[in-house]
Order: sequence, then structure tokens, then C-alpha cells
Amino acid sequence: MRGISISDVPVIRLVDVRKVYKLKAGDVTALQGISFDIHKGEFVAIMGPSGSGKSTLLNLIGCLDVPTSGDLILAGRNVKDMSDDELTFLRRDEIGFIFQKFNLISLLTAYENAEYPIILKQGHMDEEGKTAQMMKMVGLGDDLMTHKPNELSGGQQQRVAIARALVNDPALLLCDEPTGNLDSVTGTQIMDILTGLNEQGRTIVMVTHDPNIARSAHRIINIIDGRVAA
Amino acid sequence: MKRRKNVFFQLASRNVRLNFSRSLLAALGIIIGVVAITAMGILGANIQLAVSSNLSSSANSIIITPDTGSRGGFGPPSGGTTSLLISDNQVREIEQAAGHNVVVPIHSGSDLIQVGTKDKKRVTIYGLDPEKVSNFVEIAEGSSLRGASSGVLIGSTLAKDQNINVGTRIKVGDESTGTNEVVRVVGILEPKGFGIDLMPDNAIIAPDHWYTSVYGNQGEYQQVDILVPSIKDIPPIKEAIDKKMNKNVKVVSITDSGALLVTINSTIGQISTFILLLGGISLLVASVSIFNVMMMSVKDRINEIGVLRSIGTTKAEIRKMFIYESFIIGSIGAVIGGLISFIGGYLLVRLIGTTNYFFTPASLLYVPYGMAIGIGVCLLSGLYPAAKAANLNPIEALRHD
Repeated sequence: MRGISISDVPVIRLVDVRKVYKLKAGDVTALQGISFDIHKGEFVAIMGPSGSGKSTLLNLIGCLDVPTSGDLILAGRNVKDMSDDELTFLRRDEIGFIFQKFNLISLLTAYENAEYPIILKQGHMDEEGKTAQMMKMVGLGDDLMTHKPNELSGGQQQRVAIARALVNDPALLLCDEPTGNLDSVTGTQIMDILTGLNEQGRTIVMVTHDPNIARSAHRIINIIDGRVAA
Repeated sequence: MKRRKNVFFQLASRNVRLNFSRSLLAALGIIIGVVAITAMGILGANIQLAVSSNLSSSANSIIITPDTGSRGGFGPPSGGTTSLLISDNQVREIEQAAGHNVVVPIHSGSDLIQVGTKDKKRVTIYGLDPEKVSNFVEIAEGSSLRGASSGVLIGSTLAKDQNINVGTRIKVGDESTGTNEVVRVVGILEPKGFGIDLMPDNAIIAPDHWYTSVYGNQGEYQQVDILVPSIKDIPPIKEAIDKKMNKNVKVVSITDSGALLVTINSTIGQISTFILLLGGISLLVASVSIFNVMMMSVKDRINEIGVLRSIGTTKAEIRKMFIYESFIIGSIGAVIGGLISFIGGYLLVRLIGTTNYFFTPASLLYVPYGMAIGIGVCLLSGLYPAAKAANLNPIEALRHD
């Protein structure tokens, strides 16, 4: 699925998106008809209480899951028409994920973690120094490159995760509570990095329940009980 | 040229290293299976090669011995028509049936011998027409039997054990056996191994006239051999002798070394198959253990799989990573197992018999064969866990702690 670009306007369009989880105990409706657009260069915060469906929404936008019904259009293509591999390549090339738990691979060093998406995309090691450049940009010194995740602080791990999200130069950054596991000072530093990235033109969609963090965004979409609150 | 990096192989090998003891235990099963298959295969092949080679020297002969089955037992009285020896008349009947093929009547018995002041030893003594000795044996040292002389030939093992050389004099018999002769060794034989016509390695071959002058039995023989140029000639001759001599009562037993070779090979083949089957069972057990280790590995790395999927790793690549892991475990097991089999197989073969056939393709082929089976079993065991890992829901995997 190379060649898909979601830099076109609008980057993301949701039309009456529903998500129902079929469980043994009965169906659970996580999203019940969500519609909105996100445009290129926007910084959008999705807020809502626990269980409101905001993470489900982020997973759908990140192509980790597909809607039960409705249309999710990324760069002009409806995800329901795309194969699993096409969605995977879209994640690899055009979407960068930043998680609350950092989700680094414990077996790999900081540098290898950040380099990983380049190897996936190009099939060879980073020869252009993009990984080192990204790590530097997020404030990681050369001395930390060879450290394993468990040898890094929470803030450092999240910086590695941001570098990893950026190495393939994605148009869209998806952040799921990016400061949730960090102290307030480190959280602010991470938000500064994200704000800076948005100012460079990157579209950011961030899930958070912290109003202070959400203030960095241009727009806030409130989700309550699987619906966009008025 | 860009440096390609197989990151999945790297992750797989790191995981094997990280869980080294667990992986080694799984590999141990494969090691045992590979050793069982390979070492036993090598052993079987060596025995088969050794027996075939030993027997093939007498493969084209028919051996006729007096039938002992009709003496005693539950059968009807034989009426005196059978004898424990084959008479001159019967030899002539055999000669008629054998056509132009060489017929060699053989006397055989056993007696005590003594070399110098060494301990007495009981050995087999054959009495043969000196002209026909060359049909059975090869002389390593000295010369063959001569018509009127009382010189004898000595088997290779006997010569070595008793330190006998050409020219050595051997005392044959003592008061208990009623014979008291001294013979001179004129030749030492090449080793011949196991045969159904003659087994001369631990025996003495003497001229027939000397044999009958010492032990009697003039005109009566323990066995008669017919030497045929080709194995194809055996069945019609066997049939002709059977028709002629075993008309009403079974007088003689007719054996041919070719049939024996087939029987022995088939028996060894069956034993080898059985042993290979045992090796197969241990590999089956190993495969269950690999399966278990791989399932544990998938379970341990659910979150990692979620991360890999979220940043753009395809299902096929996840599958590949786990198959690499089982391949690495299998290869470790197979290489160690192959080495142990090679060394162990050599020692086992040396312990049981000769290592002459160890370095032959038929024998050493079992090493790559066993290793390939070991790796194959690992790969098969890894298929389901790999598929399970690839098909994990990325969101659930990411949530997993």
C-alpha cells in the first residue's frame, strides 16, 4: 500500500462510525455513530471519561481495528476496502503511534527501537542517519542510544517512542495518554515536543483525560458513552 | 549495497538467548531424537555393510548339508535313509545336478591344538581338496596347500591370537581326543569374516587326505559346496538337487548364501526401522516440548507482538519471527545432536565391530538426515504458535501486561 498519502485534506473523515464488540456475555457497543473530520495540520484532543470509547476511536483511526459500520476515510480511502496488509503498511508509513506505556521492545536498544520502522519500511538499516537525527530532536543524547528500555527513565522511554513514531516521517501522529505515566515536569517536556511537531505541520490526534494537557490542542472532541458530546 | 538486516531473525535469536535455559531444554529433546535416529541409523548401516561385504564373498555358493531335521523329533521314523554325513554317492548325485559348476566336498570337525607351550585351544578343522582351496580363501602370507604335503593353512584371527607364523608347528589333538599329530603352517589366510560356506578366520584348513587319515570319514563329508558363477544360477540347481535327493524323505538341507544375505539384510533393515521408530518417538516428544516452549514464548511476548503490529509489522513477518525461533532451537539441537551422533556413532560402531564402513556415504548420510528431521520437526512444532502469534488482535495484544 505504498503511495497512500493522508496529507490530502481532510486527513481523517468519520461518517456514522459504530463499533460493537461481540462478547460471550453479549454485545458491547463502544461507539454509536461518530462523525467528524480532522484536517491537515490540526492538533485534536479527544477527551472523555473512562469507558467512553475514546481509545476505541483512536484505535480505529490508527487502523488497528476497523469499524463495525459507518465509514472511516483516511486520505480518501475507506478503510473497510483495505486488506490487513494494506492497513499495516498505512500504519508503518503514514501513522506514528505514541502510547501511555511507551511500548518499547525490551530486547532492543533505544536506537534499535527507534530504527525499527525504517528497517520495516526499507528492508535495510538506517543509512541516512534519520534515527540519530530524530533521537537528537527529541532530546536523547548519543550516550543513551545503546541503552535498553529498562535502563531509561519514563521520560527518556517516551522520547524514544516519539523518535520511533517519527522516523518514517508520518503525516499523522496518534497519541494515547502520552503523558499518563510521566511526572508533570517530564509531561510538559513531552507536550512541548508534540506542540513543536504540530507547528512543523504534523497532524496530531491525542487521547487524554487531563484538561491541562488537552489545552495544547487546537480542538477538543468530547466523547461520552460512545457519542460526540454536543 | 545497503546493509540488509533481518530484524525478525535478530529478534528471534535474541529471544532464544534471553530464554537460554528454556530453549536449551527444548533443544535437548531434539538432541536426543537426532542422536537416536542418527547414531542408530549409522550403526544399522555399518552392520549391514559389514555383513553384506562379508557374505558377498560367498554369495554365489550353494551349501548342502545332511538334513538333521528328520532325525528324532515328532516325525515318522526315517528308516535309516538319512545320515549325518554326505556320502561319495550323494556327492556324485550333487555333481550331476550341478552340471559344470565346481563341487567341493568338505570335511569339518573340531579338535584341540597347542602352539609351543601355550594353552590348548579348540578350533575348527576343515579338510579340503588342496586344488579347490583357492575357491574359498585368499592367502595373505606363505603358500597354499600342496597335494601330498601335510602342511596346513591358518585363519587370520587364530594366527594373531596364537602368534602363529608360516613355518610354525602345531600340535593337533591330545589323549582326550585320541589324536596326536604335528602339522606345519604353510600359509596364513586373509580375514574372511562371517560366511555360511566356510568360517576360516579361527580355523585350520588341512588337505582332505590328511584329514581322513587322522579322523577317518573317508568318502563322507559334513557339507558339499557348489560354486556358481552367478546368483541367477542358484535356483535351478537347488531345485534339481532337491528333486534328486529329497524325493521321499528330506535327506539334505540346501542353503544358498544369496538367500541368507537377503534374509540378514532384511532382518537388519527391520531392526534399523524399529530403532529409527524409537528415535522418531523421542522426536515426537521433543516436538511437544518445542511446541510448549513456543507457546510460552508467544504468551510472554504478546505485548511485544502488539507493538510490532502497531508500528507496521505484517502478520507474515510476525509468523516468520516465530518460525525463525523454532528454526534456531531446532538448528542448535540438530547441530549438537549431529556432532554427538557422529562421535557417538563412531565409538558405538568401534565397540561393536569394524569402523571400516563408518566413513562411507551410506553410513554418514544418517547425520544430515537426522539433523534435517530434527529441524523439520522443530519447524512443524513452531507453525501453530507462529500462526497464533500472527493472528493476535493488535489492540488486545497491546493491552496485555
